[in-house]
Amino acid sequence: MTATDPNAFSQSSSAEQHFSSDLSGRYRLDNIFRIASWVATVTALVVLAFLLIDVLIDGIPRLDWQFITSFPSRSAERAGILAPLVGTIWLLFVTALFAFPIGVGAGIFLEEFAGDNLFARILEVNIGNLAAVPSIIYGLLGLAVFVRVFLPITGGRTVFSAGLTLALLILPVIIVATREALRAVPSSLRQAGMALGATRWQTVREHVLPQAFPGILTGTILALSRAIGETAPLIVIGAQTFVPFVPSFRGTGFSALPIQIFNWVGRPQAEFHVNAAAGIIVLMIVLVAMNATAIYLRNRFQAEKM
Amino acid sequence: MQTNPSTAVGAGTTFHVAQANYYYGSFLAVSNVNLDIPERKITAFIGPSGCGKSTVLRCFNRLNDLIPGAHVEGTIQYRGVDLYDKSVDATELRRRIGMVFQKPNPFPKSIYENIAFGARINGYKGDMDELVERSLRKAALWEEVKDKLKESGLSISGGQQQRLCIARAIAIEPEVLLMDEPCSALDPISTLRVEDLMHELKEQFTIVIVTHNMQQASRVSDMTAFYNAQATEKGGKQGYLVEYAPTQTIFNNPAQQATQDYVSGRFG
Repeated sequence: MTATDPNAFSQSSSAEQHFSSDLSGRYRLDNIFRIASWVATVTALVVLAFLLIDVLIDGIPRLDWQFITSFPSRSAERAGILAPLVGTIWLLFVTALFAFPIGVGAGIFLEEFAGDNLFARILEVNIGNLAAVPSIIYGLLGLAVFVRVFLPITGGRTVFSAGLTLALLILPVIIVATREALRAVPSSLRQAGMALGATRWQTVREHVLPQAFPGILTGTILALSRAIGETAPLIVIGAQTFVPFVPSFRGTGFSALPIQIFNWVGRPQAEFHVNAAAGIIVLMIVLVAMNATAIYLRNRFQAEKM
Repeated sequence: MQTNPSTAVGAGTTFHVAQANYYYGSFLAVSNVNLDIPERKITAFIGPSGCGKSTVLRCFNRLNDLIPGAHVEGTIQYRGVDLYDKSVDATELRRRIGMVFQKPNPFPKSIYENIAFGARINGYKGDMDELVERSLRKAALWEEVKDKLKESGLSISGGQQQRLCIARAIAIEPEVLLMDEPCSALDPISTLRVEDLMHELKEQFTIVIVTHNMQQASRVSDMTAFYNAQATEKGGKQGYLVEYAPTQTIFNNPAQQATQDYVSGRFG
């Protein structure tokens, strides 16, 4: 298998008796693991590629300006994705607006200020658990709290309520990502700041946070990507599938891309399935745009931090 | 062997440490430290790894406060004031007691900003450009970096970075400079430059330096404290102060056999 000769060196040392010079077994193990990890990678990629190609073949012919700028219709040819698209962009905006500052703030508190006490450890375990709670549960929570209790503020079944619910949903992910990013900043930097008479916040603000920011940003965008693909909590909050107007922040009646796709897929007519495929493409374009923004911002901050 | 703890804190004493025990949680890391660190002299802490030199050093600017569970018993006074008194503000204390670390740790910002940061957060009212130049000159770095003040503090060599850290520390006009193995990551030429610098700086500052390099201790310091470590039953290491005396005495005529063995390289 290998062209190397284990006996290339002269056998002068007495260590020959103690160490095996036969490497073929170890190289074989090496190859087995390389092939196994290659298979794992390719399996994931092939499945994804298959889905992508299938959706593109179905959806591309339907994807035109009329589709993007039209409201829902009973006839598949005239139906469009405008209301759900605007709804999703609204949701993205509201979710980020609330989840980012609260999540990053909580992450900073837990990592930089809370110290290592019982309270902090209990919080840590609970945040880990929250990240694993099914999204429908968050939907029910949002329904009870944002739609019902905060009705005067949120206006009920609105983009506002849904955005807050999605923000709750991704909050644990952002907190964990923030903590990981902060933990990766060497403690020597904190000590340097503190030793100069900086307070903890001055040290974090000026030195630690700029270092951690690209990581925090990446985590946040990944969390937001998850949020815009969520369907279950939106159904509970009351997202609709027939919204013949552009949804507003606090207006009743909104839709979102995954909801619309889910609805179209569930219809018996094949024409609507084509619409769903086109809708998936639109959703993917939004996702790719988000990730591209994240990469652009991360590179900019990385260039800045030297 | 050790300085008499009952000695009154005389003029010219920067730190007065008496019967101090240093704990991490319930673990006694360094026990029974007694020393008086003289003003505007260089005091060296030497001893094998795990003997608690750095622990003692980091209590002088209360940087050990950052470690959960770290605490001290006994007396540690800075110019007659108990360092761990409730009225002492650690942030203000750290402005007065600067520190240089083992590995050069400049902020990942411009050379200029590395110096300006400490001054700015401490409410410096003078001319910032002038302060940056003066600090870099004092650290013998100005000529090398004056044309690239806007470049990253990480773009210069390790020895230059360490001098930048010294410049950063002295920019806020501290009274004491604590140095935790400042040359252990530097090559011999950079080390000599830092040592020369220390000789100049001691005109103005009290310097306490932790070093593993015995030649360095004998070259730069006026006073030397030798710490040793003994193994505990649990497998940890417990440090204690063996001997504290003028450097000449420690290296030529120590009172303790352990000191003699260590400085002559027979163990450690």
